[in-house]
Amino acid sequence: MTQEPLIYARDLVKKFGDFTAVNGIDLEVAPGEAFGFLGPNGAGKSSTMRMIGCVSTPTSGELRILGMDPVRDGSRIRGRLGVCPQLDNLDPDLTVFENLTTYARYFGIPRSEGRRRAAELLEFVQLTEKADGKVEPLSGGMKRRLTIARAMVNEPDLVLLDEPTTGLDPQARHLLWERLFRLKQAGTTLVLTTHYMDEAEQLCDRLVVMDGGKIVAEGSPRHLIDTYSTKEVVELRFGSDTPASYVDKLEGIGDRLDPLPDRLLLYSADGEGAVSEVHRRGYTPSSVLVRRSTLEDVFLILTGRTLVD
Amino acid sequence: MAGTLAILERHLTIYKRNWYASVFSSFILPVLFVISIGIGVGSYVGTVDGWEYLSYIVPGVLASGAFQTAIGESTFPVLGDFKWSRAYHAMRATPLRIKDMIFGWQLYIQIRVFIASVIFLVVSAIFGAVHSPWVVVTPLICALVALATAAPVSAFSAGLENDSYFALLFRFIVIPSTLFAGVFFPVTQLPLLVRPLAYASPLWHAVELCRAAMLGTPPPWPVAVHVGYLIVLAVGGLYWADRAYSKRLKD
Amino acid sequence: MVTTYAVVRGTELSTPSRVASILNRNVSALRSGPSYWLVLFSGFFEPVLYLLSIGVGVGALIGNIEIGDKALGYAAFVAPAMLAVSAMSGALAETTFNFFFKFKYVKTYDGMLATPLKPTDIAIGELGWAMLRGSLYTGCFLIVMIAMNLTTPFWALAAFPATMLVGLAFGAVGMAISTMIRGWQDFDLVFTGQFAMFLFSGTFSPVQNYPLAVEILIGLTPLYHAVELVRGLATGVLGWGMLVNVAYLALMTVAGLMVASRRMAKMLLA
Repeated sequence: MTQEPLIYARDLVKKFGDFTAVNGIDLEVAPGEAFGFLGPNGAGKSSTMRMIGCVSTPTSGELRILGMDPVRDGSRIRGRLGVCPQLDNLDPDLTVFENLTTYARYFGIPRSEGRRRAAELLEFVQLTEKADGKVEPLSGGMKRRLTIARAMVNEPDLVLLDEPTTGLDPQARHLLWERLFRLKQAGTTLVLTTHYMDEAEQLCDRLVVMDGGKIVAEGSPRHLIDTYSTKEVVELRFGSDTPASYVDKLEGIGDRLDPLPDRLLLYSADGEGAVSEVHRRGYTPSSVLVRRSTLEDVFLILTGRTLVD
Repeated sequence: MAGTLAILERHLTIYKRNWYASVFSSFILPVLFVISIGIGVGSYVGTVDGWEYLSYIVPGVLASGAFQTAIGESTFPVLGDFKWSRAYHAMRATPLRIKDMIFGWQLYIQIRVFIASVIFLVVSAIFGAVHSPWVVVTPLICALVALATAAPVSAFSAGLENDSYFALLFRFIVIPSTLFAGVFFPVTQLPLLVRPLAYASPLWHAVELCRAAMLGTPPPWPVAVHVGYLIVLAVGGLYWADRAYSKRLKD
Repeated sequence: MVTTYAVVRGTELSTPSRVASILNRNVSALRSGPSYWLVLFSGFFEPVLYLLSIGVGVGALIGNIEIGDKALGYAAFVAPAMLAVSAMSGALAETTFNFFFKFKYVKTYDGMLATPLKPTDIAIGELGWAMLRGSLYTGCFLIVMIAMNLTTPFWALAAFPATMLVGLAFGAVGMAISTMIRGWQDFDLVFTGQFAMFLFSGTFSPVQNYPLAVEILIGLTPLYHAVELVRGLATGVLGWGMLVNVAYLALMTVAGLMVASRRMAKMLLA
């Protein structure tokens, strides 16, 4: 078994005219990993994904996918990828089942084998009873599941998921996560982009945070939290007072203070201790919440608030 | 090649479900035209170039059927697969190449045109409009004019954002071609100034070739010139399509 | 008419959902697309092209055609028919395709009925616009006919109100049909009917040439009456039969309006 990375990038750059979407990133994704790109809209996640999917040519830098050059061997690489794009592009003129069998033919899979896999995959994404129906009446979550099934039809070495749960309701998201988790358990290499922290924490072994076309942090979700945030976060509210007016007053408590319009975040290794200190200084917040630090805190620390839309 | 056939298979799967919707335009419309103009109006016409009017227009209607089907199939369906269903984007994520997408669709159009041409030829034979064994080459001529028009029009559609340009394409190119490119009356009747427009239309070359084959007479220009012109359009159209599809799918 | 058909048949491979999304775009294109007015106006050229091709081009291969006891050049015979056809297709374009779309998808009328407007008001309003569009085409076409010496200004003025009646009649019936249409696939039937009438209603050759049974059958269809009436006036060959044509078209208008507003009321107020 080769341990060569499935994705290898050095100083990868993508420009559209004067605009630099991806500005010199380095990446390595190993077989069996679940790897995530986290970042606000416009951070360069999708552009990177499109280069990995061999549908967009890098402007400069080195990129190797499955050990091959995407410019020269694009077609061969795509034959071993499964892609779930951000916008569904299922075929509205075909049935659910035909969407899979037709797609299988694009990979040169024999008809009978394509039918076998289609039936199996519909079972996997729990759409078997919709097999003969059209795509249009399916709900957003069902369509996304079908797209994922379609991405699996060639038994890919690497599955690319561009914002797989954007726009879905909570039930649909959880069902989708559960299916993706199973793929991961079965050893499929997943690469996904997301701007949902909970999604990244649920699914990714390792992730990079992108901002402005650059990678600003890299590691496992736990590692990122330990490195960039504190163990705990205290959320303080002060009735009708502006949280920002408390920044000076609470200076020195915890590692960092972050005023939001409605509350003040206080980063500290010891949340309860920090709360006691606040009271000791004579301030009585209208509400206090001590919680564990999440990836969301890391994300906000790293990418700033103004960028998030 | 396998990729091209996989795409053809997709188009045929869809056609199998919707074929009835094209029955009128592909099969009945040309026959109605022949009856109304060929027989109805034809009864007032003496002869054209020594032939009764019905026999004169049947080869023209045959070629214009191929021409219209080819263009019809290269407009909305192509734009739709880029813009609304994004089927081409889905294909792009697979091992398929741009060439497969173009050839797959052209091959599908060829099949549609072939079926329509053969059915029309059978009807023409029943009307007694076939006068030469050269008639067997007419499906080839139809295939050529279909490619010579479908390829550039597909390229045009691939570059569009707004479908209202199609109405203009039909009104200013397709309908005038059908009406003035020698289907219903000889192009030599046109004023000298507009005649070059008819010569520029791929339909005119196909009409004259079909007419020559069905009547067993030589076409007005050397066969090589008529055929060569259509081949140039076909090759140029395919090249343009390759550029347009690549550009649309690039980023 | 052929263009409308050709444009629609371009979508024949599409599912209704795709056609709907295309139309969805058309509605926004109606406001934003720079070419919309060009598209609308270019509809006028089509009958002119038919007139030039079949009327003048094929007409050159033909001698005169007798109408009543008057011998007409072939172009003068075909021109009034194209005039009637453009009145028909202008009105039908508005009342079938566009009306159906507003009715089923944009739900324009649901909003209107929340005001004191009654279904009959809406039907009459739509019909008025359809007739205007048809009249735009026929007015231009009459000018072309005068320029080509295929009619005189006097008879053109006489024919113009007749084309308005034709627009009203087809517009009203088109609207009634639209309320009955189940989906986009039914439009294929509408266009088939429209095209068959276009080819056989005495437009390109006199119906007297057809077998008697066919002639009687054609005599029952609406475009035949429209062509007879408009041709009589445009060529100045008048006859009592034209009163039958007028009655037929008036009846179409009234019946079409009644059916349309009744069905609209039933569907919208249900």
